[in-house]
Amino acid sequence: MSDVSTLTPVLTKDWGTDRSWTLPVYESRGGYASLKKALTMAQDDIIAAVKDSGLRGRGGAGFPTGMKWSFIPQDNPKPKYLVVNADESEPGTCKDTPLMMASPHVLVEGVIISSFAIRANTAFIYIRGEILHVIRRVQAAVAEAYAAGHLGKDIHGSGYDLDIVVHAGAGAYICGEETALLEGLEGRRGQPRLRPPFPAVAGLYASPTVINNVESIASVPSIIEHGPAWFSSMGTEKSKGYGIFSLSGHVTRPGQYEAPLGITLRELIDLSGGMREGHQLKFWTPGGSSTPLLTDEHLDLPLDFEGMAGAGTMLGTRAIQLFDETTCVVRAVLRWTEFYKHESCGKCTPCREGTWWLVQTLAAIERGEGSEADLDLLLDQCENILGRSFCALGDGATSPISSSIQYFRDEYVAHLTHGGCPLDPAASTVWGSSLTRSGA
Amino acid sequence: MTTTPEKSAAKATAVETVSVTIDGVQVDVPKDTLVIRAAEQIGVQIPRFCDHPLLAPAGACRQCLVEVPDAGNGRGFPKPQASCTLPVADGMVVNTQATSESADKAQQGVMEFLLINHPLDCPVCDKGGECPLQNQAMSNGRGESRFVGSGSGGVKRTFPKPINLSPQVLLDRERCIVCQRCTRFAEEIPGDPFIALVERGAQQQIGIAENAPFLSYFAGNTIQICPVGALTSESYRFRSRPFDLVSSPAVAEHDACGSAIRVDHRRGKVMRRLAGNDPEVNEEWITDKDRFAFTYATEPDRLTYPQVRDEDGALRPASWPEAFSVAARGLADARAAGGVGVLTGGRLTGEDAYAYSKFARVALGTNDIDFRARPHSAEEADFLAAHVVATGPDGPAGGSVTYGDLESAATVVLVGFEPEDEAGAIFLRLRKAALHSNTRVLAIAPFTTRGLSKMHGTLIPTAPGDEPGAVASLLGHADHGVDATSVILVGERLATVPGAFSAVADLVAKSGAKVAWVPRRAGDRGALETGCLPTLLPGGRPVADAQARVDAATAWGVDSLPEAPGRDGDAIVAALGAGELAGLVIGGVDPADTADPTATTDAIERARFVVALDVRASDVTRAADVVFPVAPVVDKAGTYVNWEGRPRPFDAVLGGPSSLPDLRVLAGIAEELGATLGFRTVAEVWSQMEDIGPWDGARATMTPVAAAVKDPLSDPDKGLVLSTWKQLLDQGTMQAGDKHLAATARPAVAKVSRAVYDAVGPTVTLTGERGSVTLPAEPVDDLVDGVVWVPTNSSGLGLLTDLAPPGARVTISGGDA
Repeated sequence: MSDVSTLTPVLTKDWGTDRSWTLPVYESRGGYASLKKALTMAQDDIIAAVKDSGLRGRGGAGFPTGMKWSFIPQDNPKPKYLVVNADESEPGTCKDTPLMMASPHVLVEGVIISSFAIRANTAFIYIRGEILHVIRRVQAAVAEAYAAGHLGKDIHGSGYDLDIVVHAGAGAYICGEETALLEGLEGRRGQPRLRPPFPAVAGLYASPTVINNVESIASVPSIIEHGPAWFSSMGTEKSKGYGIFSLSGHVTRPGQYEAPLGITLRELIDLSGGMREGHQLKFWTPGGSSTPLLTDEHLDLPLDFEGMAGAGTMLGTRAIQLFDETTCVVRAVLRWTEFYKHESCGKCTPCREGTWWLVQTLAAIERGEGSEADLDLLLDQCENILGRSFCALGDGATSPISSSIQYFRDEYVAHLTHGGCPLDPAASTVWGSSLTRSGA
Repeated sequence: MTTTPEKSAAKATAVETVSVTIDGVQVDVPKDTLVIRAAEQIGVQIPRFCDHPLLAPAGACRQCLVEVPDAGNGRGFPKPQASCTLPVADGMVVNTQATSESADKAQQGVMEFLLINHPLDCPVCDKGGECPLQNQAMSNGRGESRFVGSGSGGVKRTFPKPINLSPQVLLDRERCIVCQRCTRFAEEIPGDPFIALVERGAQQQIGIAENAPFLSYFAGNTIQICPVGALTSESYRFRSRPFDLVSSPAVAEHDACGSAIRVDHRRGKVMRRLAGNDPEVNEEWITDKDRFAFTYATEPDRLTYPQVRDEDGALRPASWPEAFSVAARGLADARAAGGVGVLTGGRLTGEDAYAYSKFARVALGTNDIDFRARPHSAEEADFLAAHVVATGPDGPAGGSVTYGDLESAATVVLVGFEPEDEAGAIFLRLRKAALHSNTRVLAIAPFTTRGLSKMHGTLIPTAPGDEPGAVASLLGHADHGVDATSVILVGERLATVPGAFSAVADLVAKSGAKVAWVPRRAGDRGALETGCLPTLLPGGRPVADAQARVDAATAWGVDSLPEAPGRDGDAIVAALGAGELAGLVIGGVDPADTADPTATTDAIERARFVVALDVRASDVTRAADVVFPVAPVVDKAGTYVNWEGRPRPFDAVLGGPSSLPDLRVLAGIAEELGATLGFRTVAEVWSQMEDIGPWDGARATMTPVAAAVKDPLSDPDKGLVLSTWKQLLDQGTMQAGDKHLAATARPAVAKVSRAVYDAVGPTVTLTGERGSVTLPAEPVDDLVDGVVWVPTNSSGLGLLTDLAPPGARVTISGGDA
């Protein structure tokens, strides 16, 4: 059995503290000490520390953060920018939102240190527009940081200037894609840009730009405080450090579990009190709906970048959605696919038209219409989208379909032979058992 | 005719090349070439929709996916790559659909996706038969759709159709595959981003902002580059099937750009016009005027038979022989009674202009001929003789300014010239130069026009009349000095400013800058080259030069040519009015365009004998004694000489036995006069022109004219100085017959300074020496104080008739709305 000592609360450690989001509380618990330390360091040493820590991007792709920073051409005369991607919109993903709610200052501190390292004098935090409460909280934190002299001109006498702009998105999943985010930030229609040029060379306003996830940036103060060796002592060989695992679905205690990378789902389920009483795990996503789903065969795989890649999926955002045996996989996949259809930006053909078609085919299967040949057609549609679309949204849209057919083909077929869903859709809901009982 | 200028050839040899292997064939292409175009070099056409060679890569449609097993670094791409966004790299290996199953499957997959929401209405779609989607669906798609058979049967996304993007351009959103060619064109090429993507996913569509239609002078190009039938024009939609059309190459007749066009016609009727592809001239773009303004030739007032004035004073139909003989008799009498003047307009081809020029000298024995049916000056004629005539890309003087030079010039100065309104292809090329070659555009003008801001240009604020000083100030100017790397484009409007052409000539001499003269009309440069000026004979031979006269006389086989200097257009009008001249041969002139429309109309009335050659009935033909119908340009072969001096020959598109070019009519009259011109056909004229060639003797020199001393602008009692030019789309007679095109014209507004606007309000009445006009006013922040701008021919009878000549003083008051 795992116990709480498996957990490594760093970002989440103050979440239970009264008024944890305020500056006095944050500072009383050691906040902004890393900033003061960083301001005494050489900027390249900060980049080196982040490189040495082995921190990899926490937004899903896992690109080494320090390496990303070192791509910024320092001989480019244009201003450099840091952009924080806080457009958390992936179905199931819910780590940045509580982090910014409970501890916005760790993000702000990380932004200042990171901007200092890459020589940026303006940083942007692009927050998903729908989470207005988070936007207000981060705005308040930024205002507090200005008042305390952590931001503005000549920060703590270092001669370093930084301004942070908190930007509210306008409600598009695609703006979590970094180049679409830049378009949105520039006031344009949020659609991904052609690469190259990469943002490190010509990003925001055609200037060198680093774009990092909230959790990546928020991890930086701890690396500065404790050193890269401390950070890399956690995790696995190629996936260092800790990360927030967001458990949701049919689990007893859903929530945020901050643990070293490489922890297994079995341990996490244990920590969260097990699956829903009387039920068993059927399938789960390791990192949001765009990561191919897994089953109870994969409970003991290490949840790190390599472990998940080895199982044909991705670590993604560590948004672990758990579904028990009452859940119809076709239904779940159709709902996700409807999301992708709704959120496809429309720029490229495979994603725009493909998601339109996928929904129709899946919806027919859920109703028990169509034929088994439609399953092969679905897989062929997925093959024609995957790797053919302009950005990764199209790829992500195919993941739940192809992986679910891989593991649950029989359940798809059962819909066709049964003339509809063989499962009771109410049974998977929290009120389902009462309904089922009263109906029985 | 369109040879590649040497410098671009030299540039081409200097380009670094890389070697790539496409479908097993090794090919060397310039560095940075896109794979999709490198494949064309080996004859492989990769299907594509969003890709367009003149637009920036988008990578949106994903139709052009190819397999890249080696990116040139020994590693391949794991996924298929869009060949329209992938530049070649040395050693790169590419397998297209021709050799790679995975590329072929990727392309078929994208094609299938494109078709699921595309209506199957090819049989009623304008694009059917010339549709890239249709064609490539056949070549790179599956025969049967899997969409309708999938699930419970596929349901297509539908939209109400069509919707208007502008009065002329319609959008069928169901057919649109959102390749973004149109929006990218609008933003990148003319800089008119009035259309944009809206909504998302399968609902993504092209849209306009509320109350902001797609009013670009170049909007029609989007219809042509649309790879499906989504964009159509009001004037062509549902009119024809592409496979019923005959396509003929031609040259646009609406400005001096010489733009290549394609005329599509069916059973003797023009159905539509498209841009031709001439990289040296208009690339693949034309103005909407060039595209849509062709119905003038089929208006009900088209002249179809000769007419002579009967004894009862009315015009009556006549046979051609009778008309020739009546015209000849009348002209012979008029010649004896004081002489005959010749006025020609801008619609003439070079061959027709040559015929008028020779007719005047040989048949009428006069140098009283002028093609400038607009305000003009002797200074201008001097300038043209000294600096313009007989220059050209291939001319003996050589090295005239070309479109290519606009891109390589460090600075281009515009004087008396507004390219967006007056020469669309120059505007597009200058915008391209400013965006991609850092060419700096300077405009000597009274305010920053929309066109100038789209060229990222700089205004040198100048009131009408002050141009000579502004031009002179450019020499050694601290911020924007002009030197040998500069090009100066002067417009014909400069003729209204004494001393302006002299100042330009002086600046050119001192700075070494190159200069080009840009008239508005297609025929003007050809008329200059063929001697439709009182001071010039064909090929730039100065009338004043005895040797040149002998040379021309010898070529024409006559004993001598008239020595007396001719009258220019204004002088011809004055002489007719005064009775000094008795006769007039007039072709293609609208009196409203001339410096004094009333005087011109009166002169035509008072002339004892008038022969008019025109396409359509007008006040001129109604006043004439003999009227000859002549062919519109679509009915005849000929040559325009564009502003570069580049001959732009074309063949007849249509034609008919009674639709004769001016030159044939003039030959007929001349024969009756006993003075044979030696030609009856366009080819014969061309061969005479080739024989006579350009003058190789001394060029005429220019006598500088001093700038006029002007009243101080700040004196408000004297009123405002009138600045004016013609907008691209206005009341011009050659735009008649397409109401949709007319609806896209910019409205007539008076542009005034903010202070004047605040003082006299949103509607103003301007009063000048010839009358008053009342127009809506629009404040312009950087308009030079003391100036008002009004379009020349967008309201009433035109400004020259209704108000005052350009540069005159007008008073302004609040008008009645």
